[in-house]
Amino acid sequence: MDWKRFSFIALIIIVLFGVVVMVGHTKQPPLLIITSMLATTIAVATPLTLGALSGVFCERAGVVNIGIEGMMLMAAFFGWVGAIYMFHVFELGIGISIALGVFFAVLTGAIMSLLHAALSITFKVDQIIGGTVINILAVGLTGFLNRQLFFGKLSVFGGTVPNSPGVLPTLHVPITELFTPICGAATTCLQNVQAINRVFDQKPIAIAAILLVFVSHYVLFNTRWGLRTRAVGEHPQAADTVGINVTKMRYANVIIGGMFAGLAGAYFTIESVPSFEPLLTNGRGFISLAAMIFGNWTPIGAWAAALVFGASQALQINMQIFRDVIPPQWAFLQQSYIVGLTPYILTMIILTGIIGKTTPPAADGVPYEK
Amino acid sequence: MQSDKQSSSPVMRILQSISDASLIPVLAILTAVILGGIIIKMVGGDPFLAYKGLIEGSLGSKKALSETAVWATPYIFAGLAVALAFKGGLFNIGAEGQLAVGAVFSALIGYALPEWLGFSLPIYIHLPLAIIIGMLMGGIWAGIVGALKAYTGGHEVINTIMMNYIALNTTSFLLNGVMKDKSPTNVIARTPLIAESARMPAIFDGLRVHWGFVLALLVAFFIWWLLNKTTLGFEIRTVGANPDAAQYAGINVKRTIILTMMLSGMLAGLAGSIEVTGLNYRHELGFSIGYGYDAIAIALLGRSHPLGVVLAALLFAAMRNGSSRMQFLTQMPVDLISVIQALILLFVAADAIIRYIYRIKSKGERVVLTRGWGG
Repeated sequence: MDWKRFSFIALIIIVLFGVVVMVGHTKQPPLLIITSMLATTIAVATPLTLGALSGVFCERAGVVNIGIEGMMLMAAFFGWVGAIYMFHVFELGIGISIALGVFFAVLTGAIMSLLHAALSITFKVDQIIGGTVINILAVGLTGFLNRQLFFGKLSVFGGTVPNSPGVLPTLHVPITELFTPICGAATTCLQNVQAINRVFDQKPIAIAAILLVFVSHYVLFNTRWGLRTRAVGEHPQAADTVGINVTKMRYANVIIGGMFAGLAGAYFTIESVPSFEPLLTNGRGFISLAAMIFGNWTPIGAWAAALVFGASQALQINMQIFRDVIPPQWAFLQQSYIVGLTPYILTMIILTGIIGKTTPPAADGVPYEK
Repeated sequence: MQSDKQSSSPVMRILQSISDASLIPVLAILTAVILGGIIIKMVGGDPFLAYKGLIEGSLGSKKALSETAVWATPYIFAGLAVALAFKGGLFNIGAEGQLAVGAVFSALIGYALPEWLGFSLPIYIHLPLAIIIGMLMGGIWAGIVGALKAYTGGHEVINTIMMNYIALNTTSFLLNGVMKDKSPTNVIARTPLIAESARMPAIFDGLRVHWGFVLALLVAFFIWWLLNKTTLGFEIRTVGANPDAAQYAGINVKRTIILTMMLSGMLAGLAGSIEVTGLNYRHELGFSIGYGYDAIAIALLGRSHPLGVVLAALLFAAMRNGSSRMQFLTQMPVDLISVIQALILLFVAADAIIRYIYRIKSKGERVVLTRGWGG
């Protein structure tokens, strides 16, 4: 990541936060607004971060994956259905059902990416068409099964959608407790610390996503596996010559990518809300790809870009919260349809490359022929 | 398979090329239908009854045929949009958004123009105007993506998807706001009805099939002519096959990319315009959900050939139209059709699977779209 792109990211985030503070300062103290906005940003950036990591692994190995959207959708559905089955049919506990739901989501991601790997590596289908097939298949299958599993002839639920066992709990990071002795009896100090603490109270997948950013960075740039992955993505002939199994490396990385996409899917139905609706991913798989490109195919860069999109989504959420105090000259901010355009327009601006050129892996999207 | 044999008579050669081109799509449809039957069986339905319902519902009566043609009309336009872009080496996933933009503008011209002018227009001016404005706006919407591709390298796949969301948000904004049907009973996001003078007449009394279907067939022929008999068509195909060679041969690649995208968007815009002027007489939020993706499947199934697109569109239309009869007979949800269509698409795209199952030798030619991300 060069300075130009990092400063662009910082600028956009400051502007987005500034707008919210400007609008909301009459209703809430600025610190509280900033910390809650930051907390929302990190939370809603989770699927984008994971989706971008998914893309990084696939494309560093030389496989373009435009099917992340479909993989997320399928994983969100099967994770949710899996949790419901575990809870209502197999009568497992709430905690274990939810945990197994996450497992099913990741598994679904892996299976879908296996299909993508087979199409693009073994059958050498154009990878963008292969990914589109996965997206369309995901929409059709989730729509069909969503109705069939609950209202179909063989449904065990007999025409009702049972309650899901719930969502993952928020993990409390004990910032407040740490600072209590330091603050002493000063209440403002304590209030500020509590406000800051909101940023750190996150759910498990959100925390895992941030950890995975750094794990992925380490794996890609500091391990033998990462070196081999990058080799098959940059110059598969050379990699093959020195004895690296190109096909195997590509399959493995696409499946790892699929598991990331699966975890992103779990975010929607197991971490964020305990329900599924058709098309709930709403383009976030594609925005992830833009984050990946803007992050120049690096995990940390992609994360920074995902945070920009997260912030623009957090802006939309906050504008609904502060709806009644928006000053009349900023009335357009009340229109969630208009504010909602921000991530899409940002994506298009980023893709023009005016904020710094990026370079994809040299063999990205090219099937390997011996 | 039979490519080694060279027939001498021209008629035989044409038949040969048709059978060669349609072999994989036909086998793909067959395989998807068989797999669809297995899925129906697995969820406790009767596959034969389901397919009987599908055929009855789409072809079984005059009304069924008319409705199939009604479904096919936007499919033909949108399928041609994607197919034309494919020929130019571009992947237009944005037919959905271009269609919505076309529909919004046609509706606007349809209901608001007489109010603005203060007098009503004759049908031979008002109707073409509504259609052409919708078509052009679809073209401009896609042309933006074309220009971004030509001048900055921003990949059209992601940009057309982003434009879909922008179109969806903007139309939601308009249809819930300034363009909303103000009649006191209305609670949904839709425009007022368009004027009588902007409505396309039906072909037969009592059936919904309208002249838009005939227009779709004419446009399909026009696109075939454009691609195969004109300089522009040759340039589009050359840029699609090999942009570097096209550049070397003196073709203005940037201009061709923008024009291809604009033409593609105009076709998608027409799909929306014709739905408004010929069928719904207004634009309503969400009527077009999924057309853009169906269009991709239709273009791939039709091998990007205008005739193939028309046939594929008719097939998809028949499936959509027959699905309600199928649901009535077997309680299979209509979403099953989406699954079968996705399977058809899978087998057409991954023709290697079909070749493997049916032991057919490859003949080379394949669509190549993955050409880097730009940036």
